[in-house]
Amino acid sequence: MSGRVEAGLSVFALGAWFALSGPAAAYTAYITNEKGNSVSVIDTATMAVTGTWKVGRRPRGVTVSKDGKELFVCASDDDRIDVLDTSSGKVVRSLRSGPDPEQFILDASGNPLYVANEDDSQVTIIDIEKNKVLAEVPVGVEPEGMGLSPDGKILVNTSETTNMAHFIDTKTFQVIDNVLVDARPRFAEFTADGKFLWVSAEVGGTVSVIDVAQHRVIKKITFKIPSVNDEAIQPVGIRITKDGSKAFVALGPANRVAVIDAKSYELEKYLPVGQRVWQLAFTPDQKMLFTTNGTSNDVSVIDVTAEKVVKSIPVGLLPWGVAISPN
Amino acid sequence: MHDPAFETLVPRPGRRRLIRTALVLLALAPAVGHAQQQAPQPAPPPPTQPLDTHIGLIYRPQPAPSSYDAEAAPEDEGLAGARMGIADNNTTGRFTKQTYALDDVALTDDKSDPVAAAKNLVAKGVRYLILALPADAVLAVSDAVKDSGVVVLNAGASDDRLRGADCRANVFHVLPSRAMLTDALAQYLTVMRWRKIFLIVGPTDADKAYADAVRNSARKFALKITAEKPWTFGPLAKARGDTPTRAEAMVFTRGLDYDLAIVADEEGDWGDYVSYRTVDPRPVGGTQALTPTTWSPVLETWGAAQAQNRFRRLASRLMRPLDYQVWAAVRTVGEAVTAKKTNDPAVIAPYLVEPDFTLPAYKGVPLSYRPWDHQLRQAIIVVQPKALVSVAPEQGFLHQRTPLDTLGVDLPETTCKFK
Repeated sequence: MSGRVEAGLSVFALGAWFALSGPAAAYTAYITNEKGNSVSVIDTATMAVTGTWKVGRRPRGVTVSKDGKELFVCASDDDRIDVLDTSSGKVVRSLRSGPDPEQFILDASGNPLYVANEDDSQVTIIDIEKNKVLAEVPVGVEPEGMGLSPDGKILVNTSETTNMAHFIDTKTFQVIDNVLVDARPRFAEFTADGKFLWVSAEVGGTVSVIDVAQHRVIKKITFKIPSVNDEAIQPVGIRITKDGSKAFVALGPANRVAVIDAKSYELEKYLPVGQRVWQLAFTPDQKMLFTTNGTSNDVSVIDVTAEKVVKSIPVGLLPWGVAISPN
Repeated sequence: MHDPAFETLVPRPGRRRLIRTALVLLALAPAVGHAQQQAPQPAPPPPTQPLDTHIGLIYRPQPAPSSYDAEAAPEDEGLAGARMGIADNNTTGRFTKQTYALDDVALTDDKSDPVAAAKNLVAKGVRYLILALPADAVLAVSDAVKDSGVVVLNAGASDDRLRGADCRANVFHVLPSRAMLTDALAQYLTVMRWRKIFLIVGPTDADKAYADAVRNSARKFALKITAEKPWTFGPLAKARGDTPTRAEAMVFTRGLDYDLAIVADEEGDWGDYVSYRTVDPRPVGGTQALTPTTWSPVLETWGAAQAQNRFRRLASRLMRPLDYQVWAAVRTVGEAVTAKKTNDPAVIAPYLVEPDFTLPAYKGVPLSYRPWDHQLRQAIIVVQPKALVSVAPEQGFLHQRTPLDTLGVDLPETTCKFK
C-alpha cells in the first residue's frame, strides 16, 4: 500500500482516533534520513514536520538523552556520532564512535552509550560525558542490533553476517555467550520483565524469542501474508509494549507491521504502512508507534490500542531510524 | 544499509507476465494472514571441541595485459574474495571455536594441471575445493576426486551443461548458469516491453553457448530474435582509441528491426565496441553494456555496501563478480559447518540441499541450492557500468516454489541425473 493512499484515509481515521483518545500528549519524534543526511523533527500531537536538521553523512541509529535535551545520531560514513542540542537543532559536539557506527543504545542511567560498528566487527562503549572510549568488544561480522536488559546488566548485539546474538556483560565488557539465530539478525529487544529477548532475522524471515536466563531460543515466529512473497517478508524493527501484551514487528519490503500477542506469540494482524518499513518507536505513553518507511520516504503513525494506521507523514530521503523524546 | 526504490521499478499489475512453468498462488480473499509457529527449538550448547576447516581454491590468474588496460583483471581476482570469506568465517568462528584456513593454488602456466593440484590438496586433507576454472577443468577435477568424499564448489564456470547432462553429485554451483543470467536479462526486457532482439554472436564456444542461452530465454519469455549475425570484425574493443572506425562493423547493423542488441562476447573482445555505434540508436546488453551478473561495485543495497567496504580495505581494489562468487563459496562452507557443528563433507553435502540451509549473500533474499542440479538459487542484478538498473526475478514473475526458480532450468526441464 502506498503512503499516499494511507494519507487519504487517515484524515477520517485521525478524527476517530482523537475522539477515542482525547488530545495526545506532545512529544517530539526524530527521524534520521539515511540519504538526506538530515533529521526530520515531528511534533507527535500535530503529526507535522516542524524542522529538518543537518547532520553528518549517512545518519542511521538515533536516540535521545534521558532528559530529552540531546539527540545522538550515528553519522555512519563520517565514523562519528553527532550530538545535537534539541532546543537549537545544531550539532554541538561529536563522539568518537569508532568506524561506521550503525545502531546504539543508551545505558539506563544515561551513560555510557553502546555502539555497534558495522564495518569493524566490534561494539564500542563510549562515556558520553568524557567522550572517551571505555571498551571495544570484538563481535561477529556486521554488528547491528543493540538491546539492553531492563536492569542494564546485559547488552545484546546481533551480527548480521555471523547470525548471532552476542550476550555482553556490561560490567566486564566481555562476551559471555552467543546464540545462533536465523540469517541477518537486525534488531534485539528485551521484554520489560527482562526474561525474554526478541531478535529479528531479516533474510531468515523470522523472529527468535530467546530465554534470557538460559540463552536459548524457545520460539521462532514466522510470517505468512497472502499475496506477498515469503522472500519479501523481512523482519527488522521490534517493539514490545511495557505491559508485555503486544509486540510490533516491521516487515521491511512486505510494507507491513505485524501485531503479535507477545504472550501466546499468536499473530493478530498485519498493518499496511509505507514502503520498506524498518525501525519503530513508541511514544513514551505508548499510545502511538512511529515507523520509518525507507522507500516511500515517509513515516507511518500507528494507534497502538486501536491497532490502526492513523497517519502518514512525508519526511526526508530514505528514512532509517526513529527516536522519540521522553518529554 | 540502503534500499533505493526497487519497488518503483516493478511493472504495473496489468503488465505482469507469467512464465510457462509458473503457477499463480495469489490468495486474494483473506485480508489477514496467520503466524506459523514452529515447535520450540532448543539451541544446543556451543561445541567444546575446536574445529579447523581447510578450504582449497584452485584458480588461474589472468595474464597481465600486453598494454594499458583500464580495467585489467587483477592477479588476485577470486583469491581476494576467498580471503574475505575466510576472514568472515573466522570472525564467526571465534564464538563457535571454529577456525578456517585457505589453501590456494594458482595455476600460473598452461601446463599446470588442475587435477594434480586438486589431488595434492586432497592428499593434504582438504575436503572442500573451490574451483575458479573452466567447465572442462571442473569436470576433470570433480571426477578425479569423486571417491574421496570431497565437496567441489564451482565458482567460475557458468556452462549450463555442468547443471545438465554433465552434472556431478559432488559439485555445487555458486555462480549462476548462463540460462539464469540470460533469463534475468529477458525478464527485464519483458518488463520494459523491449521484445525484439538483435543477437550478435562472437566466434568462441563460450560466445555460442551464451547465444544458445539467449535463444532459450527468448523462447521462455516470448521475446523475438528478429535478427542474428556473427561478429566477424575481430577484437575491436581492444583496439586503440585512435584506430580508424571500422565502417563495415557499423554498417552490419543497418536495416534491422530490433529494440535491443544482445552481444555474446564472454572474452570481452568486441562487445563494448557495439554501444553507440549501431546505425539505429538502440541500447546494447548481454555480456557487455547492460549486463546480468552476480556483483558490481555499484551494488550497495541489502548490506552490500558493508561487503564492498570490507573488501576494499582487504584487497585495495573494487570487488569483482569472481571475488563475490568465491566469497559465497567459502561462506557456503562456513554457514553449513557452523550450523552442523562438523566439517565432515558426508554431513555437509546433503545439508546444502536441505530446506533449512540458506546463505545470506547481500541479495535481499536467502539463497539456497537446488536439489535437482546443485545450482545456487539467487537474485541476479542487471547493471550498467555506473548504475544498478534492475534486479531479477522481476516483480510479477511468480513460481510455485520461489520466484528465484523463474531463473534458469527448473525441475521439470532438468536433464541432470546424479549418479
